[in-house]
Amino acid sequence: MLLFLLGQVNQCTGTRSSSVGAVHAATGTITLNLAQEPPQLDSTKATDQVSGMVLGHVMEGLLRYDANDNLVAGVAESWSLTDTEAHFTLKQGLMWSNGTPITAHDFVFAWRKAVDPTTASQYAFILFFIENAREITSSDMPVESLGVTAVDDHTLHVKLIEPTPFFLSLTAFPTYFPINQAFYESRDGGYGSNAEDLIYNGPFTISQWVHNANVRLEKNENYWNRDAVHLNAIDFAYILSDANAIINLFESGDIAQASLNVELIDRALRNHWDIRQHVDGSVFFIEINHREDRLTRNYNLRKALQYVDDPPELVNKVIKLPGNLPGKSIFPVWVQGVNGKFREEFPAKPIMTNHDKAREHYAMALEELGLDKITLVMLSGDNPSANKQSEYYQSKYAKVLGLELKLDRQIFKQRLQKMTDGDFDLVLAGWGPDYADALTFGDLFTSWNENNRGRYNNPEVDRQIDIAKNSSDPRTRMEAFARVQDILNEDVAILVNYERGSLYVIHDRLKNVARRSVGPDPDYAFAYIVDEES
Amino acid sequence: MLWYTIRRLLQGLITVWFIATATFWAMHQVPGDPFVGEKAVSPEVEANLKARWGLDKPPLEQYWIFLTNMVQGDFGISFAQESRSVNDIILERFPVSAILGILAIVFAGLGGVLYGALTALYRNQWPDVIIILLVIIGISVPSFVFASVGQLVLVVINQLIGFTVLPVAGWGDISHMLVPALVLGLGTMAFLTRLMRSSMLEIVTADFIRTARSKGVPAAQVFSRHQLRNAVLPVITVLGPSVASITTGGFVVENIFGIPGLGQSFVLAVQQSDYGVIMGTTVFYGAFLVLMVIIVDLLYAWIDPRVRLE
Repeated sequence: MLLFLLGQVNQCTGTRSSSVGAVHAATGTITLNLAQEPPQLDSTKATDQVSGMVLGHVMEGLLRYDANDNLVAGVAESWSLTDTEAHFTLKQGLMWSNGTPITAHDFVFAWRKAVDPTTASQYAFILFFIENAREITSSDMPVESLGVTAVDDHTLHVKLIEPTPFFLSLTAFPTYFPINQAFYESRDGGYGSNAEDLIYNGPFTISQWVHNANVRLEKNENYWNRDAVHLNAIDFAYILSDANAIINLFESGDIAQASLNVELIDRALRNHWDIRQHVDGSVFFIEINHREDRLTRNYNLRKALQYVDDPPELVNKVIKLPGNLPGKSIFPVWVQGVNGKFREEFPAKPIMTNHDKAREHYAMALEELGLDKITLVMLSGDNPSANKQSEYYQSKYAKVLGLELKLDRQIFKQRLQKMTDGDFDLVLAGWGPDYADALTFGDLFTSWNENNRGRYNNPEVDRQIDIAKNSSDPRTRMEAFARVQDILNEDVAILVNYERGSLYVIHDRLKNVARRSVGPDPDYAFAYIVDEES
Repeated sequence: MLWYTIRRLLQGLITVWFIATATFWAMHQVPGDPFVGEKAVSPEVEANLKARWGLDKPPLEQYWIFLTNMVQGDFGISFAQESRSVNDIILERFPVSAILGILAIVFAGLGGVLYGALTALYRNQWPDVIIILLVIIGISVPSFVFASVGQLVLVVINQLIGFTVLPVAGWGDISHMLVPALVLGLGTMAFLTRLMRSSMLEIVTADFIRTARSKGVPAAQVFSRHQLRNAVLPVITVLGPSVASITTGGFVVENIFGIPGLGQSFVLAVQQSDYGVIMGTTVFYGAFLVLMVIIVDLLYAWIDPRVRLE
């Protein structure tokens, strides 16, 4: 029985987890940990960060990001973009990893698949800038009516429904990656579920994928820019989510990179590790329920909460992980403005913590609502960080206002369901950008956005976003977003908490690893190993 | 004996059906479904998804479909890892948990019997005191503490020696299994030690031991042939269920050591509301546990005729 099972295990897991160590210059191999198993690697359906990261290494869109975060040519050689359409000319002679030529038809097929109602992709919305995409997803129009055509094998023509000045950056997003139709259909519904159920056009291919144990990437010899790729293999030899276990692997020299949490900072300092900081681009906030039947619909109550709000205190004394920025605006600091950064050109209103004013507004709210005490429910995730934050607000609101805050802790799916159902007064929420433009944050609180889970509804916000969406002039757009930034603050639509930063340690011989806020992160595609001496 | 076997098997089937039914209804009561995600889906997409997975049908009909498929051994497709069947996932992951569990049971069984016998033999002397102290630690400290400590010890040992003696985490060959299996088995080992000790002590005073001694049987033989053999019976009773719980329930250990076992998959499925995998693993685990209990009962009936007659 024991021997039989041993045989079974060896069959299932193939070769053992890597033992060459974190970085191995002789073979050009780096070894890393994956936080979770990619659920599947069909780019039209992938939604999670890990799948996006792996796909970013093994696939390539029309354009891509280089190591310095610039948009550069991918499959496309040249392109042009107007308010109503986009043209792409593909490079000649590009091949999939199985030798099939890459053509414009591969993009048409993948994009149609992504908006196809039978695919039911959660990321279909990211193609809604293309003509008829939204109607197709709602089953109102046939898939063939999507506004993308392959004029010939190397020319792709896209019709846009509105000016989309950031459309080029969208083409670097996984949902926009190409898929070869013949190969897709040959997998009989299993596309993307195993290493052999995929063909690749990116810098790497997946040479081995043992579910829940390891994923190994090897350099793609068919990749057009293979000379820029220095690593021969990226071995995700471990699939682990436990932060302590991951740092143990790093300390023992088994993996080249690991994240730090508050408890692990001391250990990293003691070991003199190379600690780096990364702003992952997301913004965290207290989403307020604005539905009719909620006390939080009362403006003075929201204003009172805003005057209590003290993001620097939250970041420095509660979360305590260096790297987080106190939140001031729904638009994070990295968002591009007209010429420079949006937040430098259109500064957010300063944080205005003021307990006296908070109590004044609270008294007004009590009077307007005809209550002598207010009890609110704060929904949050159930993890150490969320618990610390919600408890902080609980004691803070009680101390300053005498407001009772009940905590409703739920695990991921349950929290999201309650958010969608509007079953909360306040909820600890966050938003990560889908593409590199202010709009990904700007339209979040429009009346038509399904992610606006507090149902905030302000015609002026809707109007400004309409202006931004119908213009390609940077100044017009950014001024509209600046107006939205002010309204959300004045009207206390939400309470911004912080912009998330993270700390991580990386092997001192591994260089040129790109970290980014939008797109596959981290990106090892153009990384290299330096010799011990240097 | 045959009639007893059939009766126990029927009881087992009813138990499994009950487990499946209770889980099915409880699962559907939990807020959220497999399609709730960070990004809201439009009502159209949600309707498409529900139709494809049959979640638009009335609950009773869903239950009936589930039950008829289950009888045929089909748990459908995973919601989270679309295009992979639940049976594949269980078949792939159970051997991993099983091999780890068997190793852990071997550690626990051998250690438990050995230390238990030792403590009884040296009752109230220093080996007894030390082992009982360790037993208390083993029973009261949760396995995730042992797992973390074990892993840290590995890091230190590997660094001191200069190369990887035993890997810190990961999965592949026997070297990846030893420490996790030991950690997984510690609790059971401690429990078995105590059980073995009390059962040994009970037997020391039994008539047949006195008879054996008075007949002049050497002490070593009394210990091995009469005491040990009789004392090990209660240990076998608990060994059955612990085989089931250890082979499927090592979630914490699997998580910390990055082992792709069934326990890990089960907990993840609950977090993701992956209905197919939740039902598949629960029924599988339930059936396995029931089977283990039945086997122990049958062994008992075989060893001790009084059980059969009741």
